Amino acid sequence: MRTTWPVRVAGLAGLVALTGVAVLLSLGLGAQSLHPGEVWSALVAPDGGDATAVVRELRLPRTVLGVLVGLALGVAGALIQGHTRNPIADPGLLGVSAGASFAVVLGMAVFGVGSLTGYIWFAFAGALAASLVVFGLGATQRGGPTPVTLALAGMAISALLSSFTSSLLLADSASLNSFRFWVVGSLSGRELDVAGQVAPFIVVGLVLAAINAPALNALGLGEDVARALGQHIGLARTVGITAIMLLTGAATAACGPIGFVGLAVPHLARALTGPDHRWLLPYSAFVGVCVVLLADVAGRLIARPAELQTGIVLAVLGAPFFVYLVRRVRLVSL
Amino acid sequence: MSALPLPGRVVLRIGPVSGAVPVRAIVVGAVALAAALTLAVLSLGRGEFPIPPSAVLDVLGGEGTRAQRHILLQLRLPRVLCALLVGAALAMSGALTQTFARNPLASPDVLGVTGGAAAGAVAAIVLGGVSGGMVGVPVAALIGATISATLIYLLAYKRGMNGFRLVLVGLGVGEVLGGLTSWLLVRADLVDVSRATIWLTGSLAGREWNNVRPLALALVVLAPLAVAAATALRVLQFGDDTARALGLRLQTAQLAVVAVAVALAAVAVSAAGPVEFVAFLVPQVALRLCGGSRPPVIVSAILGALLVVGADLAARLVIAPRELPVGLLTAMIGAPYLLWLLLGRTRRTTA
Repeated sequence: MRTTWPVRVAGLAGLVALTGVAVLLSLGLGAQSLHPGEVWSALVAPDGGDATAVVRELRLPRTVLGVLVGLALGVAGALIQGHTRNPIADPGLLGVSAGASFAVVLGMAVFGVGSLTGYIWFAFAGALAASLVVFGLGATQRGGPTPVTLALAGMAISALLSSFTSSLLLADSASLNSFRFWVVGSLSGRELDVAGQVAPFIVVGLVLAAINAPALNALGLGEDVARALGQHIGLARTVGITAIMLLTGAATAACGPIGFVGLAVPHLARALTGPDHRWLLPYSAFVGVCVVLLADVAGRLIARPAELQTGIVLAVLGAPFFVYLVRRVRLVSL
Repeated sequence: MSALPLPGRVVLRIGPVSGAVPVRAIVVGAVALAAALTLAVLSLGRGEFPIPPSAVLDVLGGEGTRAQRHILLQLRLPRVLCALLVGAALAMSGALTQTFARNPLASPDVLGVTGGAAAGAVAAIVLGGVSGGMVGVPVAALIGATISATLIYLLAYKRGMNGFRLVLVGLGVGEVLGGLTSWLLVRADLVDVSRATIWLTGSLAGREWNNVRPLALALVVLAPLAVAAATALRVLQFGDDTARALGLRLQTAQLAVVAVAVALAAVAVSAAGPVEFVAFLVPQVALRLCGGSRPPVIVSAILGALLVVGADLAARLVIAPRELPVGLLTAMIGAPYLLWLLLGRTRRTTA
């Protein structure tokens, strides 16, 4: 696909605008729907009424979190697919989701942690520990970690951790009961503090991802060509994988494993802008935000006044759309 | 003339006849087969009523006391056979899928089998529409797997088939089914959730001849087809265009391979649940043990059988007299071994 520079800028601007609309929808729609004027006044001039409470206490935290998580997962997905040069890689590949799940269940079953805020640091520590082990196993090879070794090590560690997780869950039905709600992935019930706690990690991850983009383009040509072009392969891999660990770890810690975003969003973004990572990463970021926020809003509207977890909506509504795209659009392969 | 170095093969010439004998694969396969059979005999002997291995062999040879015959042939043999067959079927299915998709991360999950079977089984358990637990659940799983695999193939078909599109559509459909499964689990009673979790982990507890018969029948038909399909796939690894240029009927071969892989995985998953790790990583272990460029189908099958029968034995020993679901143990045994293989040597294996 030949896309010129102004077209790409315009496309990005369009995505940012769409993201703005998604943010407004996320603030305005739900069990009690508000029109944009009410949302605006609740944000700018809080009057202590119902609308203010709904917007500021309930919807603002989950919207902020949705933006952060969407950015993180979209970018992490593009990074992992770029580094492994594998179109079916998702950020969970490095053991992040399995590590976070195991640590959360450990927290529930052994340490008796019972609140969403309590899970965050368990999940984050578990995610980082698992992905560090995976990266370490990959890196012991001569010549640095190769994508295939990394992916297989990630699979093996994930399988191992998830069998530990199942062992704990089968022995302790109270933990199973809490875990089934955590593991579907949801934005609801998180305070604004949660977003504040994970934001620094996501910001650092995004910066590292931006630094990594040109190197990823070179790596896409194969390691030998990349080396000949002057890339330090080991350094580029380390920067990229650190970014993936931080982004996915923080997102999973905040709202549980939401797997589909990291897998599908880069494909959507690649269909829009082509395989150049300098454009693919920002496109993926904003597509990620739109997808997460819209899925969250849909979850609130479908089962009103109750709601459906974001992870389930993403899978049940987002995946058919993805299948449709796979059939319609000429996919840009890696 | 010096022969091309073929990894793990020895070139044999007898007069005008010559061929590459995959010595390493034969050795690995033979050792694994011996180990699998030994473990099977040991596994048959273990239980509340221990029977020494020599007596086990007597009974299998048609002798032994009446009590021993009843316990072994009616209670324990179906389970052990189930373990061997499930392992072999899953591993073969994985080897075919990974070769077909030219992707080491592909597994029958990608073809919708696991997701469909899981959705079917969990629906049967949670909604209780199919009563009687073990009677209804395998059938529900088989139906779910068949529907979702067919759906994926049809959705991915568009002026011919393309492995890349099939894999992506499969992931999408798998995601929908995963979403439905979690939705069922979030709404269900905790008791049902526990049962569903055991099924989703993969378990061989209480398997009878009724479970073994369809599995054995399916394998008798499918295993030769799988070997034949793998031979056709040898040229597919060079890419669709090259394979077509070399004279492969691409669409027919792909449909055949996918159908065989799906059928193998579907019968195995409906019998034992989605036993983790086997379909995914056993082919990769086999590849690394045998050398070569694609996962070998027959050795994968033997290693799969070995892993599941060993895991089942361990699952009954760890917290005896109670037992664990076998799916927990396959990953605990298999994953460290794969990691050790990965660490051990630097191999340029790509497929």
